[in-house]
Amino acid sequence: MEEKVCVCQEEDYGALEKAIETNRGNAGALIQVLHTAQESLGYVPRKAQEMIAEGLNVSLAEIYGVVTFYSLFSLKPKGRVQVNCCQGTACYVRGAPKVLERLQRELGISPGDTTDDREFSLEVVRCLGACGLAPVLTVNEDTHARIKADRVSALLERYRKPESN
Amino acid sequence: MALVTLTIDRKKVQVESGTTILEAAQQAGIKIPTLCYLEDVNVVGSCRICVVEVKGARTLQAACVTPVGEGMEISTNSAPVRKARRLNLELILSDHPFECLTCVRNQHCELQDLTAEMGIRESRFEGERVERPVDSSTPSIVRDPEKCILCRRCIAVCEHVQGVSAIGLNERGMETTVGPAFGDKLQEAACTMCGQCTLVCPVGALTEKEYVDDVWAVLSDPEKHVVVQTAPAIRVSIGEAFGLDVGEVSTGKLVAALRALGFDRVFDTDFTADLTIMEEGHELIDRIQSGGVLPMFTSCSPGWIKFIEHFYPELLPNLSTCKSPQQMFGALAKTFYAEKAGIDPASIVVVSIMPCTAKKFEAQRPEMNSSGYQDVDYVLTTRELGRMIAEAGIDFRSLEEEDYDAPLGMSTGAAVIFGATGGVMEAALRTAYEVLTGDELPGLDFEPVRGLQGIKEAEVDVAGTTVKVAVSHGLSNARELMERIKSGEADWHFVEIMCCPGGCIGGGGQPIPTNTETRQQRIGGIYQADKDLALRKSHDNPAVKELYEEYLEKPLGHKSHELLHTHYTARGRFTDKAEDKAEDKAKDVASDAD
Ligand code: SF4
Ligand code: SF4
Ligand code: SF4
Ligand code: FES
Repeated sequence: MEEKVCVCQEEDYGALEKAIETNRGNAGALIQVLHTAQESLGYVPRKAQEMIAEGLNVSLAEIYGVVTFYSLFSLKPKGRVQVNCCQGTACYVRGAPKVLERLQRELGISPGDTTDDREFSLEVVRCLGACGLAPVLTVNEDTHARIKADRVSALLERYRKPESN
Repeated sequence: MALVTLTIDRKKVQVESGTTILEAAQQAGIKIPTLCYLEDVNVVGSCRICVVEVKGARTLQAACVTPVGEGMEISTNSAPVRKARRLNLELILSDHPFECLTCVRNQHCELQDLTAEMGIRESRFEGERVERPVDSSTPSIVRDPEKCILCRRCIAVCEHVQGVSAIGLNERGMETTVGPAFGDKLQEAACTMCGQCTLVCPVGALTEKEYVDDVWAVLSDPEKHVVVQTAPAIRVSIGEAFGLDVGEVSTGKLVAALRALGFDRVFDTDFTADLTIMEEGHELIDRIQSGGVLPMFTSCSPGWIKFIEHFYPELLPNLSTCKSPQQMFGALAKTFYAEKAGIDPASIVVVSIMPCTAKKFEAQRPEMNSSGYQDVDYVLTTRELGRMIAEAGIDFRSLEEEDYDAPLGMSTGAAVIFGATGGVMEAALRTAYEVLTGDELPGLDFEPVRGLQGIKEAEVDVAGTTVKVAVSHGLSNARELMERIKSGEADWHFVEIMCCPGGCIGGGGQPIPTNTETRQQRIGGIYQADKDLALRKSHDNPAVKELYEEYLEKPLGHKSHELLHTHYTARGRFTDKAEDKAEDKAKDVASDAD
C-alpha cells in the first residue's frame, strides 16, 4: 500500500536552530526552546527533540516527558481540519462522551492526535461557554450545536477534501 | 546546626532543622511505611503512603518530603492516617495485576509487603486497566509496565546515579508511563543495561532477563560439557539469598553448590581477572613507553563500555583493548581448555555467574566469538543462581566447602578485589610495580583507591616514574571524569571506571537490597578474601604463567590479540542517528587500536 506522504512544504528549522544556538548547554531554557519549536514547526517532532537534546544537553527522555505532559506541545502536526469536542459539564451530561467516542471511531485517532494524512486533528476542550447549545463541537471556525453522535459522520464528510474519498 | 524540638506519637524528639519528618521518626525508632521513597536516590513524595497527621495542618503530610518544624505535633498512626494510607495503597492496587504467584518478585516485593502490613483483604476498586506490552527487547532487562506503580525510583537512579536518563516519565493522567522516549523499546534507547533500575524497583516492573531454563536445559543434556565461571563479587553476595550475613565470604560453598547443580567443571573468572592484569598492565606500559593514547581506561565493565560508546565515542581510543575477564574466559574455555581436555569446543557450553545484567548484553555482542563460537553462552545474575540453588533444594548453608577445578579455577587476591571499586587499579599497580622495578612491593594495600568516594585520585611512584591514576564508580562520576579529560585539565595515565556504584559488588544483578550499607559490607568481604589468599599478585598466579608458557607465549602476543582483545562500536546518543555515524567511527577506532 502506498503511504500518503507529507504534502506540506519543507519544514523550516531555522528558528529552532537559532533558539538552540543562543541557549547552547543551557538546560534551563528547555521549555522556552520547545515553545519555539512548537510555534515555528507547528509541532515538536522527534528530529526537533533530538536537536534540542544535543544542543541544550538534556536527555531525550526528559524532553519527551515534558512534551507529552504539557498539552501546549504536540508530537504530531495539527491537521488541516481542527475538531474540538467540548467535555464541559453541560455537554457531558447531554451526551458529549458519545459524540467523542464516535469522532474517535470515525477518524481513527484519540484526542490530541492527528490522522496520518494530516487532514484531521481531534482535541478535547473544557467548556466553550456555549452551554445552552450543548453538546457543542467546533470544526475550524464553525460551531456546531446540539450535536448527536449519529450526525458526526455526515458532519465530518462536509470537511473532507473533495478528492480524498 | 539549629535544633528543632517536636513530638512524634507523643514522644519528644530533637533533630537538626531541615530534617524530614520521616528521618526524624527513623531517628526516634518510629517506623513510617514508605513506597516511592528511597534514601539518597528518590525523594519525590508521589505515592503518599508515608502520610502523617501534623496537628494544625489542614491536610495529611507526606513524611518523606515534609521538613520538621519547631513544636510540631505529629501522629504517625492515628485513625485518619491509617485510613488515608490504606486508601492510597488500594488506589495503587486498583491498577495493578494480581500476578504474585508467578511474579519474579514474589515474596521479595515491597508492594506485596506493604499490602500484607496494611491488612488489605480485598480489592475494593476495580480500576480501569491500561494494557501495556512487556518489553523484553534487550538481552539484559525486562520491563513490565503493567506492574509499574510509577514510583520513579528507576528514573532517579538512571539520571542521577548513572547519568544516563534512558527512561523518563511520559504522558499524564491515566496514560502516565515510565520508559524510554517515544515509547521506544529499551533496546532502541541509549541504555547501558547496567540494571541499577532493577535493584531499586520496588516491584516486578523492571527485572533481569532470566536464562535459568536455558541453563537447566544444557545441564541435563548429556552431549554438552557445561563449564561455569564465577565473577569475583559473587562469593561475597550469594550467601545473602540464604540468610548468611551480608558480605560473608562463601567461596567454598558457592563452588559446592555449582557442582551439586551438575556443572561439569567449576572455574573462576578470577583466573582471567589475573590474566587481564597481565594483558592490561603490559598495554599500559606499552602506551606510556611508546606515546600511545593516554589516559588508558579499564574495559572490564560492560555497562561502562556501552556508556562510552553512546556518550563519548570520541574517547574510544582511550579504552584498553582488553576484553573483560568474562569474555577472556569464554574465549579460552573453547580454545585452550578444549584442546587441553580433548573436548570438541562445539559441545562446550560456558555459563557465567555475574553480579551484572550488562554482562548478558556483552556475551551477545557480535564480536565476542573469537573461539569460532559464541564464547560465553549464558549469563546468570547472582539472583538467578540463588533461585536455581533454591529450586534444586540445595541447603546452601550446610554445604561443605569445595575448591575450584584446575586450570581455569586458580587465582590470586588481586583478582578477587576486581569486585570492588578501585580493585582493578590496585591489582594493576601491584603487578606494574613489581614488573617494572623487579623489586618486591613493600606493602600490598593501596588505600587511596579503596572505598566508596565517587572519584578517587592517586599518584604512585613506580620505578622513578610518577603514575597518576583515577578511579570512579557509578556512571555519573564517569561522566565527570570524561568531561575533565575532554577539557584538558586531567593528566592521568590510567583510569579505572566501574559502571555500578561500589563496583561489581553493587552490580545490577546482585541481591536486593543493594544499598550503601550492603555495598560497604560486601566490600569488606572482598578485601577479607584477598587477605586470606596466599597469592595476592596476578603475576604470581602459576596457572596464568603456565597458560603463557603453553599457549599464549607472551602478553600482547599474537594469540592474545586474537583471543583476549577486542574493538568497540561508536553508537551515539540516539539510535536512529547512530546507525550511519557508527560505521565510520567504528572504522576509525579499529584502525587506531591496531
Ligand atoms: S510486582 Fe509485587 S505485587 Fe505485583 S504481581 Fe509482582 S509480586 Fe505481586
Ligand atoms: S539499565 Fe541502567 S541505563 Fe538502562 S534504564 Fe536501567 S538504570 Fe538506566
Ligand atoms: S519501573 Fe519500577 S522503579 Fe520504575 S517507576 Fe515503575 S515501579 Fe518504580
Ligand atoms: S514514600 Fe513518601 S510519598 Fe511515597
